[in-house]
Amino acid sequence: MARVEERRSTGLEAWRARFESLRLREGEAFTSISGAEVEPLATPETVEIDYGRDLGYPGAFPFTRGVYPSMYRGRLWTMRQFAGFGTAEETNARFRYLLEHGQTGLSCAFDMPALMGVDSDSPRAVGEVGREGVAVASLEDMRVLFAGIPLGEVSTSMTINSSAAIALAMYLVVGEEQGVARERLRGTIQTDILKEYIAQKEFIFPPGPSLRLVTDMVEFCAAEMPLWHPISISGYHIREAGSTAAQELAFTLKNGFTYVEWALARGLDVDSFAPRLSFFFNAHLDFFEEIAKYRAARRIWARELRDRYGARDERSLLMRFHTQTAGVSLTWQQPLVNVARTAIEALAAVLGGTQSLHTNSYDEALALPTEDAVRLALRTQQVIAHETGVVNTIDPLGGSYHVEALTNRLEAEAYELFHRIDELGGMVAAIEQNMPQREIADAAYRYQQEVEAEQRVVVGVNRYQTETDDEIPILRIDPELERKQIERLHAFKARRDSAAVERRIAELSEAASVDGRNLMPVIVDAVSDGVTLGEICDAWRTVWGTWREQPVF
Amino acid sequence: MERTIRVVIAKPGLDGHDRGAKIIARSLRDAGMEVIYTGLHQTPEQIVETAIQEDADAVGISILSGAHMTLVPRIVEGLRENEAGDVLVVVGGTIPAEDAEELRRLGVAEVFTPGASTSAIVDFLRGALAPA
Repeated sequence: MARVEERRSTGLEAWRARFESLRLREGEAFTSISGAEVEPLATPETVEIDYGRDLGYPGAFPFTRGVYPSMYRGRLWTMRQFAGFGTAEETNARFRYLLEHGQTGLSCAFDMPALMGVDSDSPRAVGEVGREGVAVASLEDMRVLFAGIPLGEVSTSMTINSSAAIALAMYLVVGEEQGVARERLRGTIQTDILKEYIAQKEFIFPPGPSLRLVTDMVEFCAAEMPLWHPISISGYHIREAGSTAAQELAFTLKNGFTYVEWALARGLDVDSFAPRLSFFFNAHLDFFEEIAKYRAARRIWARELRDRYGARDERSLLMRFHTQTAGVSLTWQQPLVNVARTAIEALAAVLGGTQSLHTNSYDEALALPTEDAVRLALRTQQVIAHETGVVNTIDPLGGSYHVEALTNRLEAEAYELFHRIDELGGMVAAIEQNMPQREIADAAYRYQQEVEAEQRVVVGVNRYQTETDDEIPILRIDPELERKQIERLHAFKARRDSAAVERRIAELSEAASVDGRNLMPVIVDAVSDGVTLGEICDAWRTVWGTWREQPVF
Repeated sequence: MERTIRVVIAKPGLDGHDRGAKIIARSLRDAGMEVIYTGLHQTPEQIVETAIQEDADAVGISILSGAHMTLVPRIVEGLRENEAGDVLVVVGGTIPAEDAEELRRLGVAEVFTPGASTSAIVDFLRGALAPA
């Protein structure tokens, strides 16, 4: 044995000597897209692999190789294209189109007014209604949004955070109106407020009351909506804001631990809610680094849930995640090239063992996607699933020296960041001190400088440019839709029992000012009586105040 | 001695995408300009007020929410109404070509779309604000 080892390392040294004597390409950096140094070669000597401790088997601790024993042989990932624009009618039509073309789950994008807790008829909403997602202000909008879609059969993901509790209450009521009991509703709501302060910046209330709302949802779902995922802990937006892969991994997991700690402080048993926590990651262009990120994420989550938070139910240890290809990697120039980028990113997500996937459309650097562009993006997933054969073997890159080394590196970097956040007093304190925001801004700036120095080539942007970009059709949102939405909202408000509305608003304010009272049942009653999303948020603004960040750049 | 260029970088409306705004703010600062960043969720009126209070030479509006045709004209008009029509207005974001044309017609000096380099933006501001 000793002789073999010796020969191996002699071989490594000989290779290294030859490698270092050779002339290498100059100009482009040999670093990952995150700016991390990358070894030119990984060998058994350069990576420590303890198979039993670090990898194990799919469906078994530490779940590095996948959360299920059968992975894609048992069931493919859910193909879930994010959609939402205009009024509820337009988005309802897009949902039906996607279901007809083989999509297997719904994913709803809300417009900025809904995300920011203002009604479509607010002066703050002018010009923004239905632009970046679907306009939803009232229960009536939610009814139209899911009209003709059997909520007992589909699973729905809703991307909404500050005002998530209200959207969940509306969905629950619409489900019950369709005759589907709340315990049968399946889906996910994002609810991840911490990453809003860190990256996406659609916050309304200060962190304390926001985390109380999140915890109310976790508690409510654990008791009444057992098939629902009350939080999708999201690295996606952290990455889009410019973070590195390691920062995406670390901030996301730390946010997850923070939600766990709030729920434990509420007195919940970890195994009563942890199995329903889900995750959402970015799939960026640095292929191996991304795959390693997903593998490291599973391993860290399982270990911390078991060893730090005392989870006993194996389902609590499983990090199940949705992935979306990197919007930020799409270029405005030569947009058709985005088809290639998205396919590569989607492949990384699949090789990383994702449970659900959204592939971006090639036109999304320019506008919300057209129907044809969305279909092509969905077809990209179907090609990976059915034509490439990559689904036949579980974690096919497991054991690759390079991928294992990257997995170990990302894990170590994540623990370093956890430690720094703990030293600041935890994630909320770190956010208040702008630590994650500053780290991300620095990483984004460094990347931009690398692109401008041409150390990093972006095809069509700083190399291989063409005189004119390909002309592609883009989706235009009819400005008339804003007027139509406001009319529907006014008609809805006129029909309500105004005394009941006032009573419900008073209840919402009172419940918000009492710690320890779960707000979810109060919200369900309020939306049932016609209180709108903006009215609910206004009531809470009065009680809780609003959050303003001190921006750093 | 050359006067220091003062630029307000502004985020109008409900849009929270601030990666671009922060990169531009930092690039302009590194290029020697004085930069005031408004932070998020500003109304057009607030942006006009900041530009006037800060005696800005230019306002850079970063917008990725699709609400540019509503919000940007209100800023341009607000500056004019407050006798600050000489403040140079530039826009950056996901602005379709025909909207960019319309914004220029309304008085926006330039529209930068994704992929624009920060050095091009610095050069544009220096050129446009050079003493006659």
